Amino acid sequence: MELIVQRRIKQVLKGDQNAFGEIVELYKDKVYQICFRMLWDRHEAEDAAQETFIKAFVNIHTYDPEKKFATWLYRIATNLCIDRIRKKKPDYHLDAEIAGTEGLNMYSQVASTEELPEEAVENLELQEVIQSAIFNLPEKYRSVIVLKYIEELQLQEIADILELPLGTVKTRIHRGREALRKYLRNM
Amino acid sequence: MCEIMASCQKEIVRLMHNYLDGELFSGEQQKLKAHLQTCNDCRQHFLELKKTIALVQSMSHIGAPERFTEEVLFALPKETRVIGIQRWIRRHPFFTAASLFLALMTGGLLSTWQQEANHFAFTKYNNLQVENDTVVVPAGEQVKGDIVVENGDIRVEGEVQGDVTVINGEQYMASAGRVTGEIEEIDEAFGWIWFKLKKAVTGVFD
Ligand SMILES: [Zn+2]
Repeated sequence: MELIVQRRIKQVLKGDQNAFGEIVELYKDKVYQICFRMLWDRHEAEDAAQETFIKAFVNIHTYDPEKKFATWLYRIATNLCIDRIRKKKPDYHLDAEIAGTEGLNMYSQVASTEELPEEAVENLELQEVIQSAIFNLPEKYRSVIVLKYIEELQLQEIADILELPLGTVKTRIHRGREALRKYLRNM
Repeated sequence: MCEIMASCQKEIVRLMHNYLDGELFSGEQQKLKAHLQTCNDCRQHFLELKKTIALVQSMSHIGAPERFTEEVLFALPKETRVIGIQRWIRRHPFFTAASLFLALMTGGLLSTWQQEANHFAFTKYNNLQVENDTVVVPAGEQVKGDIVVENGDIRVEGEVQGDVTVINGEQYMASAGRVTGEIEEIDEAFGWIWFKLKKAVTGVFD
């Protein structure tokens, strides 16, 4: 896959926009998935994923062909998502209602207990409960958990994407797992 | 949680996480295993961690929405030809230098460029104002047509119904300023030649 990508990048550098279309086709699902699991909103995720590819296209001459293209691309995607999370924090993170919980929002959960209330568990689909657990993580834990358990990447690759020391990535994964455990243990 | 003491619990939890990352030495693995066999709290904790991971991994993979690629391609910035050429130059520096030299020597373009290099000039319109080497489109004024400024700057406070091209200068847009066409800044000799060639070629086809 990397070999095809390297060839397409050369064509893009020569001004061939259609070659970029093939790169988008190869990576769109993975990039969209990162954005959706980070942002938990289809519209936001689509915006962020599109922005990722546009940014990659505009900055393609800064990509170092000696390194893995996916790492570079996922770095753009996670950075854009983290930016969006930080900008949105006051209303989005605490007031967003979870589908089907009728008036129960992130704020009441954070305030009352770290665990998801039982009645909410009954109302939610399993997938939504897990997604809400991920979404409730602070963004620094959320990004490592998404990259490790949803994109199934190696710890070293996650460290390269986030430009963090390997030790920091490990610590964040440990803490992220503990936070998820508290949230999901009664499932 | 752990019956023994808090520090034991902390150490065991660390081993659990290292185990989950596949990074336990065999000695540590023995230690974890032995502890889990005797301590209910830690065993419970470990099972919860494993269940949590299984739950997160059970999430179904979702794909990008339909027409995603088309929409990305549609949203890409349309390349200006100057940028295309600059990119090409970066990739073929020697060939560019050689052919540019030949073109300059044979076409006499270089001397024209040197002559014009410091000469402030712009497309004349009645409602344009000039402050030093800056052409100003005043607020509330409308310029109907393209504006070219050579060796000077332009500040748009009103409206330009056409393209703005600045050669060896910069363009500034006031917040209320508006340009309906394209804005282009050309700074290098090569860009300048390209611009002249483009004018010559369009002239031929007009
Ligand atoms: Zn114990």
